Amino acid sequence: MKDFSIPLSKKNKHSWQGAVAFVVVAAALAGAIYTFFYLRYDPTLTNMGGRLQGMSMEHPLGTDHLGRDVLTRLFLGGQQTIGYSFLALLAALMIGVPFGLVSGYKRGWVDRMFMRIADGFLAFPDTIVAIVLSGLLGPGIGNLVLAIVMVKWVSYARLVRSSVLSESQKEYVLIARTNGLSSKKIMVKHLFPHIAGHVLVLASLDLGKIILLISSLSYIGLGAQPPTPEWGAMLNDSRPYFQSMPSLMIYPGLAIVIVVLLTNMMGDYLRDRFDVKKEVQS
Amino acid sequence: MTLLAVQQLMKSYGTGKLAVNNLSFELNRGECLGLVGESGCGKSTLARCLLKVEEVDSGSIFFKGEAIERYTERQLHPYRRQMQIVFQNPSAALNPKLKIKDSLIDPYSQFQKEIELAHFSYTSKKAFIKQLLEAVELPEDIANRYPHELSGGQKQRVTIARAISIEPELIVLDEPTASLDVISQGAVLDLLTELRQTLNLSYLFISHDLAAVNKLSQRIMVMKEGKLIDQFSRDQLFSEKRHPYTKELISIF
Repeated sequence: MKDFSIPLSKKNKHSWQGAVAFVVVAAALAGAIYTFFYLRYDPTLTNMGGRLQGMSMEHPLGTDHLGRDVLTRLFLGGQQTIGYSFLALLAALMIGVPFGLVSGYKRGWVDRMFMRIADGFLAFPDTIVAIVLSGLLGPGIGNLVLAIVMVKWVSYARLVRSSVLSESQKEYVLIARTNGLSSKKIMVKHLFPHIAGHVLVLASLDLGKIILLISSLSYIGLGAQPPTPEWGAMLNDSRPYFQSMPSLMIYPGLAIVIVVLLTNMMGDYLRDRFDVKKEVQS
Repeated sequence: MTLLAVQQLMKSYGTGKLAVNNLSFELNRGECLGLVGESGCGKSTLARCLLKVEEVDSGSIFFKGEAIERYTERQLHPYRRQMQIVFQNPSAALNPKLKIKDSLIDPYSQFQKEIELAHFSYTSKKAFIKQLLEAVELPEDIANRYPHELSGGQKQRVTIARAISIEPELIVLDEPTASLDVISQGAVLDLLTELRQTLNLSYLFISHDLAAVNKLSQRIMVMKEGKLIDQFSRDQLFSEKRHPYTKELISIF
């Protein structure tokens, strides 16, 4: 008899990566929390006497051009970058998921209207929206998050809508209607469990992109403003010292690379875990 | 007493072809009315129209003398609790992401303020679910399982338990045994017969299986291409006056 089961090696291809990713992300989070409670140095306190120092016991990763401790700033920068990325993601989910649920379940003119609104938002690339918003409202991390939310919620609304469209034709939804459940209750109790996995996977894949976006826009001065420690802004700060002290650029750059890589690995792992390859393309 | 009356019901889908064509019939309280027809003849469309999950084009549906065919969802609410449906495919009729107990409690959770249960009694959710499962001869521990862990026959029993949980007047059975194996089919039919007597239910039993319909129903209707072509009481099944199409159906079984 032919064996139709999926080979183990293929099925668990990403599981070790996922485990590694989770461990490192957890360690980074623990580090960030640690520095939050126990700050050895004020991340914004300048010390012109001790600027551009190399590695030492007092400053494990040296000091920057204003004599600030790089390690402290790196951890606090992580809080900023990752924290605001999560904030943007969460806000996009809060808008996109209910929007898609209502659109897919109600259909008809509600759906058409909702989707045209979504199309309108989709017409602008995220960087352009961020630059325009910064121009209108002034640069700052808050406006950057707003710009990201404005662009990102659409993909969640569309993903949720398409799942709900096919799911709401199933007979258990009809029966829920004949059992007198309100539309709201059907969406929350019956339809939401079907989309939660897909949404989680797309969100984890998006997290890396959002971190990159926030860092790169902060780098060109549209996001976090100095002296706030933020990885993109730190990269920008250390640009003039590229030749004399390249490590200043390497640390935040490396931090971005590692975190983005890990969130992507986590996303891949979750995608395999929930087996939603067809629905969510990374 | 007439429980459900349908008059000149019409329903078409986009293509213009009538799925239900000028259909009229009456269903009396306490009766099991059979509806036979081949696949695609509009039986299931009729069921969906009666349950008002599909809009009708024209015609009337009277439930207890009230014309409900143009009612909004809000107006329908009191009728929803008197009419339940059991579909052909129990796998599609149970939400795969919900535990059996969470699917079972749906109707009662919506209508608990309005109904006085006669046969069942609600003390706690757990006890209520247990009663329901007992009524359809299922073990109690099924409550905490997911639909995919159950067999087809068990799943269909769960959907029947859900339909009877609020003790409705009428249950529309849309090919309840078509997706089951022969042994489960017989068992489910026996269960349905028994439940009808203990809970004083009325059935509209829709099936392509004339034998099953004949086993349960007092009256039988035959449907072909959206039209009702024959209507008779069970003992008239082999009468010479039957429509040629009915005779053809009989000859198959």
